[in-house]
Amino acid sequence: MTDATLDAAPAPAAPASARTGAPAAGAPRPVPFRGGGFQPSGRAWAGPLLFVLLIGIWEWGSASGWITPLTLPRPSAVAAVFGELWASGRLWEHLGPSLGRLAVGSALGLAAGIGVGLMIGLFSLARAGLAPLVAALFPVPKIALLPLFVIWFGIDEASKYALIAFGVFTPTVVATYGGVDNVDRSLIRMGQSFGLSWRSIVLKIVLPGAAPAILSGMRVSLAIAIILLVAAEMLGAEHGVGAFVLTAGSLYDLESLFCGVAILSALGLAVSFLIGRLERRLLDWRG
Amino acid sequence: MDLRLDAVSHAYGGVEVLRDVTLEAPAGRITCLVGPSGCGKSTLLRLLGGLERPDAGRALMLGDPPAGSLNPLTYVFQHFALLPWRTVAGNIRLVLEDHPLSRAERDEIVADVLARTRLTDFAKAWPRQLSGGMRQRVAIARALAARPAVMLMDEPLSALDAQTRELLMDDLVALWGRERFTAVYVTHNLAEAVRLGHRIAVLSRRPGQVREIAEIDTPLEDRRPDDPALVAVQADLWRLLREEAADADRELTGA
Repeated sequence: MTDATLDAAPAPAAPASARTGAPAAGAPRPVPFRGGGFQPSGRAWAGPLLFVLLIGIWEWGSASGWITPLTLPRPSAVAAVFGELWASGRLWEHLGPSLGRLAVGSALGLAAGIGVGLMIGLFSLARAGLAPLVAALFPVPKIALLPLFVIWFGIDEASKYALIAFGVFTPTVVATYGGVDNVDRSLIRMGQSFGLSWRSIVLKIVLPGAAPAILSGMRVSLAIAIILLVAAEMLGAEHGVGAFVLTAGSLYDLESLFCGVAILSALGLAVSFLIGRLERRLLDWRG
Repeated sequence: MDLRLDAVSHAYGGVEVLRDVTLEAPAGRITCLVGPSGCGKSTLLRLLGGLERPDAGRALMLGDPPAGSLNPLTYVFQHFALLPWRTVAGNIRLVLEDHPLSRAERDEIVADVLARTRLTDFAKAWPRQLSGGMRQRVAIARALAARPAVMLMDEPLSALDAQTRELLMDDLVALWGRERFTAVYVTHNLAEAVRLGHRIAVLSRRPGQVREIAEIDTPLEDRRPDDPALVAVQADLWRLLREEAADADRELTGA
């Protein structure tokens, strides 16, 4: 196809029959292939390669003085800060509490979200009452509620758990009841026709059917959880990655600041990896 | 156990689908329901199995289900309704899990129905790995596991290709030969009805009414597709159905 166009383009004056590349009428020619694309498949090397390339350019730019250390620190300097943190044990002083808050807050939010999502999916009354409520809560920036949570739950861990849980809750509810709505009704009808109990139908038909949607909702809600974790730690915490980043910023310690940001990115990657493992485990039936 | 519909009428949102249907499905025989599309065949089956309540009239069970029947009225669905997240054996076990059976008893029933439907080698396969015909065999195995008194089969072969349909019909005939199960078999395919039905009830177009009930005495295992008697019955049924189908075809759906 392309060849023919390219050949034909520079010779518009030539009569059609004399054009090179345009086959004579009736001559056999291959059917043009039009079916490619739209099938993302594994190119596992592309992600790390781009990452290494960007860091490499950055390091080279810093080393050659093209990037001043006042705007961006050298990646190797950031790595050195990380090494120090690791060696001195201060890494766990910050990462430990952060992981704890993330785990407790997300677990609470996921449990409540899946529970309420199931109720909205299963009961008309819950749907009529709770679905608008959740829709009203969804767009509220949860960070804005932190002062309120501090008043309700105190300045300690509880208010941070509450903030993260609340942030995870709304997207989980929406994902769960969307998943329940999409469960094949004929499977539920089948369960009823075999006299399965309500409990069995929910646990063995509705929940597994909604699992793909719940898991893809988790990807979104746990990313939100990390954002809220940092926000909560910035507003009132002695330890934690958020507090570390905030301190580094106020001291204009760019190396530490970038080190903190890198730790957060790594946290995001780790969470995404874990969800991927969970998906493979729970959804192996999809093949 | 026999099943009977007693003067049943039913409507969906003002559209009358069944009018005064009285029909009996005697034990140990296969009763086929044929009719044009949209005539309420599937509704009738849902009423028979208690998945829906009739607006008027009653669906009745006459006599007691055989001892040990776990689910007296058991469906086989057109689109199989297998859980994709359970293996073949898991799908069959599903219908046993809510009954007070020991693990050993359950395993025994699963193994037994898999053997009867020649699926033993596929016990650990996922539904997505199976062809349509195999999936329907799994659904039939699952129905058998519930030890039904009456099997309610809703176009069980309609989603399959013609060759698979032939093979499964042979399987059903062989199965009936061994077990003499009772079934109500809904289909729009007259060849299936003539092949599998002891009694064939012809429904009119919407609102569905019983137009005629044909009885075929030739034993199932002796029926050949080219048997002149059967061909004649099928031609008769087609004459009855043809007009109804043509009229039904011209109707606006949902009007």
